[in-house]
Amino acid sequence: MDEFILLFRLDIITKDAQPSPEQMEIYMKQYHDWVGGIAAQNKFVGGKGLSTEGKVLKYDNVITDGPFAEIKESIAGFIIIKAKDFNEAVELTKACPMLNGKGNSVEIRKITAVHENS
Amino acid sequence: MYDNQIIPHLFRTEYRKIVSVLCKYFGFEQIEIAEDIVSETFLTATQAWGPEGVPGNPSAWLYHVAKNKAKNYLQRDVNFKTRIAPQLKSESNEIHEDEIDLSPQNINDSQLQMMFAICHPSISTEAQIGLSLRILCGFGIDEIATAFLSNKETINKRLFRAKEKLREEKINIELPCATEMDGRLSTVLTTIYLLFNEGYYSVSQNKTIRKELCLEAMRLCTMLVENKNTNKPQVNALLSLMCFHASRFDARINKDGELVLYEEQDINLWNTDLISKGGYFLHCAMAGNMLSKYHLEAGIAYWNTQKDDTKEKWENILQYYNRLLQMEYSPVAALNRTYALSKAYGKEIAIAEAEKLNLESNHFYFALLGELYSDVDNEKAREYFTKAVSLAKTITEKQAMQKKIDKLGN
Repeated sequence: MDEFILLFRLDIITKDAQPSPEQMEIYMKQYHDWVGGIAAQNKFVGGKGLSTEGKVLKYDNVITDGPFAEIKESIAGFIIIKAKDFNEAVELTKACPMLNGKGNSVEIRKITAVHENS
Repeated sequence: MYDNQIIPHLFRTEYRKIVSVLCKYFGFEQIEIAEDIVSETFLTATQAWGPEGVPGNPSAWLYHVAKNKAKNYLQRDVNFKTRIAPQLKSESNEIHEDEIDLSPQNINDSQLQMMFAICHPSISTEAQIGLSLRILCGFGIDEIATAFLSNKETINKRLFRAKEKLREEKINIELPCATEMDGRLSTVLTTIYLLFNEGYYSVSQNKTIRKELCLEAMRLCTMLVENKNTNKPQVNALLSLMCFHASRFDARINKDGELVLYEEQDINLWNTDLISKGGYFLHCAMAGNMLSKYHLEAGIAYWNTQKDDTKEKWENILQYYNRLLQMEYSPVAALNRTYALSKAYGKEIAIAEAEKLNLESNHFYFALLGELYSDVDNEKAREYFTKAVSLAKTITEKQAMQKKIDKLGN
């Protein structure tokens, strides 16, 4: 089994694209039904949600407000799952309810190296 | 008149108090001496109360005799004079009775501190439970043996080794400091919860002992709730969870000690006081942002006190299981989550999820599949239940599965 990180990319900036609290509640339910299914297979490792505001530092002392306001695909959060290969990781990710939203995406990357002491 | 029930009763309530206070006073190294002194005190009571009658205030009598015995022991014991006495806070080497403080406040503090000393990560959880039963709950060795389906010798050995280990580790009898509290509390809560489960789910047929285990676990947790240093949300959540579960204690075991399935329980036997208490502590557990697994399990347990099969009930239970599994995987939670899924969204979705669980060595897995296929494909349901019967470990479980097969008809 390898570990894969799933990066959720969606528009978390544009006002009109943000769900109402009622919609949000439904989305969260759907999200937890999906993650719960992965966790029930003992393939969930962990995850975090991220704030909408942020800072981006670049070459030559450039500091901007992030996260990358110029694109509509900000990272909203991530989870780490266990899977035997990319195929299985894709299978587990297919049912992610965020993919019901146009423009949203989930990027899957295999975790290959671990920093020492982490 | 001499009531021969009073000594066992006092043993259960007073033994743990005096042992904790003496042990706190002597230091953990001397725990066996503390235990011996208290046992001797009860022996003296047995001998004296027969002919003389039970004294007006039996607890005070016991405290007085225990103090005297401790004092005599300390004065004649050479080991004590040379090694222990210099370490005691006392100014002189003379021991004063008053120093052994058996006031309600000190009894309570000593027991709490003892709880943290015993539920120490350096010994196995099995040993923690055994020692807790003996020292925090005043159980006899034979009662502990009955609860664990073991014998006195094995239990004695286990407790002896655990005490040795705690001595080696030089465990102090004290409450952890604020920064260490959550970490140490988590071990204490695990032990309390396992103690409760030992009573709630144990294979022992002895209903009285099983119930006592549950009540003791709740009592220990209540002590934590009543102390301001340990009154944390997760402690309230655990107490709430145990109240909700315990509310069905009389309904889930029949007079022959057999398990009564949830669906077949007489709702009139559910204890409404405990259900209200559970609600109260769940409310207390909501203070702050802490979300422990006990919060989630208490949430599930709350919905299980609502007998009606509503969609709301099962959607809520499903959400709690989703979160619980993300926090900590267990096969039981995975199976229960899938069952909740079937109740919330239908059997087909649940069957598809069940087949991914990869729990082929677990008989409850086949019981779940049997349940999910019932009325969808009865032939398959029968196959799965039959498989579950062959894998089930106890006769009660086999009988429960067989009943399900019989219900499927032909």
